[in-house]
Amino acid sequence: MKTIAVAVRVLSQLRRDPRTLVLIIGVPCVLETLLKELFRGGPVFQHAGAPMLGLFPFVTMFLVTSITMLRERVTGTLERLMTMPLSKLELLAGYGLAFGVVAAVQATIVSVVAFGLLDLHVAGPRVVVVLLAVANAVLGSALGLFVSAFAQTEFQAVQFMPALVLPQFLLCGLFVARDSMATWLRWISDALPLTYAYDALARTAADTLDGRFAADVAVVCGCILLALALGAATLRRRTP
Amino acid sequence: MTAVRVDELRVIRGGRVVLPELSCEVAAGRVTGLLGPSGSGKSTLIRSIVGVQRVAGGSVTVLGEPAGSRPLRSRVGYMAQAPSVYRDLTVRENLRFFARVLGTQADAVARAIADVSLEDHADQVVARLSGGQQARVSLAAALLGTPELLVLDEPTVGLDPVLRRDLWALFHGLAARGVTLLVSSHVMDEADRCDSLLLLREGRLLADATPAELRARTGAAELDDAFLALIEAEA
Repeated sequence: MKTIAVAVRVLSQLRRDPRTLVLIIGVPCVLETLLKELFRGGPVFQHAGAPMLGLFPFVTMFLVTSITMLRERVTGTLERLMTMPLSKLELLAGYGLAFGVVAAVQATIVSVVAFGLLDLHVAGPRVVVVLLAVANAVLGSALGLFVSAFAQTEFQAVQFMPALVLPQFLLCGLFVARDSMATWLRWISDALPLTYAYDALARTAADTLDGRFAADVAVVCGCILLALALGAATLRRRTP
Repeated sequence: MTAVRVDELRVIRGGRVVLPELSCEVAAGRVTGLLGPSGSGKSTLIRSIVGVQRVAGGSVTVLGEPAGSRPLRSRVGYMAQAPSVYRDLTVRENLRFFARVLGTQADAVARAIADVSLEDHADQVVARLSGGQQARVSLAAALLGTPELLVLDEPTVGLDPVLRRDLWALFHGLAARGVTLLVSSHVMDEADRCDSLLLLREGRLLADATPAELRARTGAAELDDAFLALIEAEA
């Protein structure tokens, strides 16, 4: 119940900020359209379109969560909550739930645009693309929650995005196939969660929902739990 | 009856010893004022009592339990010095959220809003309120859930005299119902409104007395002068 109270509160805060909501929904639609026009709807768009759709929520929710949690730390509301009968798990689950809901809305709208208006094709089920997008959003939220502990200002929190998210994008296999990477780069790629998120999306697009796909999903879910555990460890009831 | 017992509490913040070895007590069912200049360690002591301060030594016992322990989280209300509420939510949304976290009845929200005289602003977003109004929202959040101990860090700063008088009346009304209050302030003219006083200076307890005792001990008419007399007696 308290988890739902936290989620409702986070969503009410977002609702008060319509500009951010428009950006969360609008930017991926515009970028997806840009990608299509740039490659004239050809094979590159068909190759990258679905993974992009599934990875947007990761970036968005990483940013939104890290800033929201940083504010919670800086304004003292987190300290207040820590004096109240609320477990860390309830707090984190509330955040995960709220941003999962936002991600579901975001991914659904971007899917309608991409599949309906932009003629993006995937061989596998579209609903799996949306579900993976939601999972990636929760992963982004969990990581954002964790890194917010290492930022003192919103400027720093924003800089974690290029520092932690862009390398994962470059190495996940979207830009260069992992087979043609230098060995040491592939090793790094192996250790990054977005690699598995991308692979799952690429397999959905190719309709190869095999054992490797299941393993990808398992790794993403494992990373969510790990990031949440790390995030919980940074939530201290007592601070210096 | 003792509500809070602080025993040889030692706190170091940012490499600086804020509380070297502080021992003091807060009596139950009374309004105790925690007075001292800014930087004297009032907020650090308060944070230790509500269990959010990392301490280097000593012990703090609150209502018979170690400070910050789980059973205390629904028995202690805390208002920090900075308004710790969500600026992008309305007054009512803020309080409704905290009430849900505390698991209290829905009518507690309306009562808390009335207690701090914010009925006319209940549906306004906190960010658009004045500083004093924001502080009152924060106070209202501490009043939710009918706590047995209320720990308030400078609750009346920046408020006009009428509101201050009303809030002190509220504090004494709560104490009459058996609630223990620890209220910090850096202005000595609030000291007279307290049942008893803890005077803090540079992390040390200068006095633990009622306002009348303090006057008698120092022979000063004004508590400000009494405070000065105590400092000079120490030196």
